[in-house]
Amino acid sequence: MKYLPLVWAGLRRRKLRSLLTLLCILVAFVLFGYLCAIGRAMDQGASVAGADRLMVRHRVSITQPLPVSYKARIERIPGVALVAHFSWFGGIYREPGNFFPQMAVEPGPHLAMYPEYLLPEDRRQAWLATRTGAIAGRRTAEKYGWKVGDRIPIQATVWRRMNGDTTWEFDLVGIFDGAKPETDTTGFFFRYDCLDEGRLFGKGIVAWYTVRVSNPEEAADVARRIDEEFANASAETKSETEGAFLRGWARQIGDISTILASVLGAVFFTILLVAGNTMAQSVRERTCEIGVLKALGYTHAGVLSLVLAESCLLSVLGAAGGLAVASVLVAAGDPTRGAMPMFHFPAADVLAGLGWALALGVVAGLLPALHAMRLRVADALRRT
Amino acid sequence: MNGAAPAPADDLLVRVEDVEKAFHRGEEVIHVLRDLHLTIPRGEFLALMGPSGSGKSTLLNLLGGLDRPTRGRVIVDGRRIDRLSDRQLAAWRARHVGLVFQFYNLLPVLTAERNVELPLLLAPLTRVQRRRHVAAALGIVGLSHRARHYPRQLSGGEQQRVGIARALVTDPSLLLCDEPTGDLDRRSGDGILDLLQALNREHGKTIVMVTHDPHASARATRVVHLDKGRLGTEAPP
Ligand SMILES: Nc1ncnc2c1ncn2[C@@H]1O[C@H](COP(=O)(O)OP(=O)(O)O)[C@@H](O)[C@H]1O
Ligand SMILES: [Mg+2]
Repeated sequence: MKYLPLVWAGLRRRKLRSLLTLLCILVAFVLFGYLCAIGRAMDQGASVAGADRLMVRHRVSITQPLPVSYKARIERIPGVALVAHFSWFGGIYREPGNFFPQMAVEPGPHLAMYPEYLLPEDRRQAWLATRTGAIAGRRTAEKYGWKVGDRIPIQATVWRRMNGDTTWEFDLVGIFDGAKPETDTTGFFFRYDCLDEGRLFGKGIVAWYTVRVSNPEEAADVARRIDEEFANASAETKSETEGAFLRGWARQIGDISTILASVLGAVFFTILLVAGNTMAQSVRERTCEIGVLKALGYTHAGVLSLVLAESCLLSVLGAAGGLAVASVLVAAGDPTRGAMPMFHFPAADVLAGLGWALALGVVAGLLPALHAMRLRVADALRRT
Repeated sequence: MNGAAPAPADDLLVRVEDVEKAFHRGEEVIHVLRDLHLTIPRGEFLALMGPSGSGKSTLLNLLGGLDRPTRGRVIVDGRRIDRLSDRQLAAWRARHVGLVFQFYNLLPVLTAERNVELPLLLAPLTRVQRRRHVAAALGIVGLSHRARHYPRQLSGGEQQRVGIARALVTDPSLLLCDEPTGDLDRRSGDGILDLLQALNREHGKTIVMVTHDPHASARATRVVHLDKGRLGTEAPP
């Protein structure tokens, strides 16, 4: 600690150069923090899958609808405990940028299927009692400042109403919380009967079914039985566990993670060169001073540590600034304006960032520090 | 003094015996010092003179443990410093010698007091103790009022005083000054010489001062001449 003024003085020597290097490092760590949050948001899905839940969708694509009449047939298949279904709405709340998932569901099965959505019992009753009722996740409700009792108007992009109108109004009857921190609370759910009776066309279809099996170990068998049931139907199905579905999704995301990692790698390599160059110049200019320090009794190892400390101080300061900016940006919201359910910057990533900063400081400072260490006193002093 | 009547061993602070120093510059070997003997009694103010390139700085480096002789012994205060490892030499320098340079060699980014504090950081002292030593050293060189100034805010003479304070702050018995007035005008130089003389007389410091200037060497208690790597003596004025 007592050497801090000396280390700090090393950075103050060329203020502009130190500042520019600091800014480079800062920008790199803003990027690091932001990409960490994006990466986190993207692998979130796979970890929230329920082992006992199957996704049943159209065999061709998730975008092809299934008839709502399948529900009763699925319920009769052995091993099926519960069936719920989802229908996309894809409307616009106030302006096109306000994105959050909007789904038509059946309140009872939906809440039974997803115990991780915590909704007070009286709110559940209210939803069951209100045909135009809707519930929203805490994140979305807070984002738009919704309170229970609000009327939420949503512009349909697909589902025109019977009277030709495109505005649907829902009564917010409840706000749900997540049972776990990673639970997605961005969803907005309203009643399927409200949608189906109100829409002008497309009646009697749903987007996909979610099925709870009685025994998770039989999930694969149940999935096969469901697909067999609809083998020659107008819409054939493809059933798989939620985990498998999300893994398939995650595999596409995996490539994105690789891209993120390589971008970060390139950025770090660049700042390594920038910081390394700064330290090398700084040490070269100070040859004589390093000689003086050694003449005063500083050991080779001591001088090595001073240079490394300076390099680490520079990179940790830059990183701390960058991580702070990143957390402000992340807190301000995700770049898709809501499409990422969990957009946050956990403490573990902040610590990892600081760890990277230290590593950067050591690596960038190593060659200059070794050079400083190897300087012989008498030679260094002759260069006055 | 070379070969003069030997003083009692513990009165000799420095003994240089049979020293040779050569530098290698590629194939070429430059013999800078050869067969060099020199003894310095405690309390002496020795002026080391000689033409440029005669090896004065080289000899001073050997005395200060900044370099090792190619051959021979350098004994300071009873310890053979030519045998010490780099690490041991560093620790030894920190405690036993004060170095004063022609161009002051202050760190421009540190204030006068921080510069003076540098050697003390290596000692196991508290911040308060360091403060006290720094204040005392700056007091001795008469620069207490400039403690918070940066080197560029000080005149050459003042910078050299800070340099001397830095050399003094660990209270070494031996002060080695390489042309301490070489970069100063006559008046500032005289001030520095007054200071060195006072340190020698009142604080009992043994001083070796390299100089070109007869005016400076006149302040010394003894003058030795170095020429072509060998010493010649001259009586004190
Ligand atoms: N590290 C070194 N490497 C090579 N030659 C050196 C080195 N140090 C000193 N010399 C040579 O030794 C001679 C004496 O140098 P120096 O002791 O600095 O002389 P002075 O201080 O008397 O002017 C010079 O010729 C110088 O070039
Ligand atoms: Mg010289």
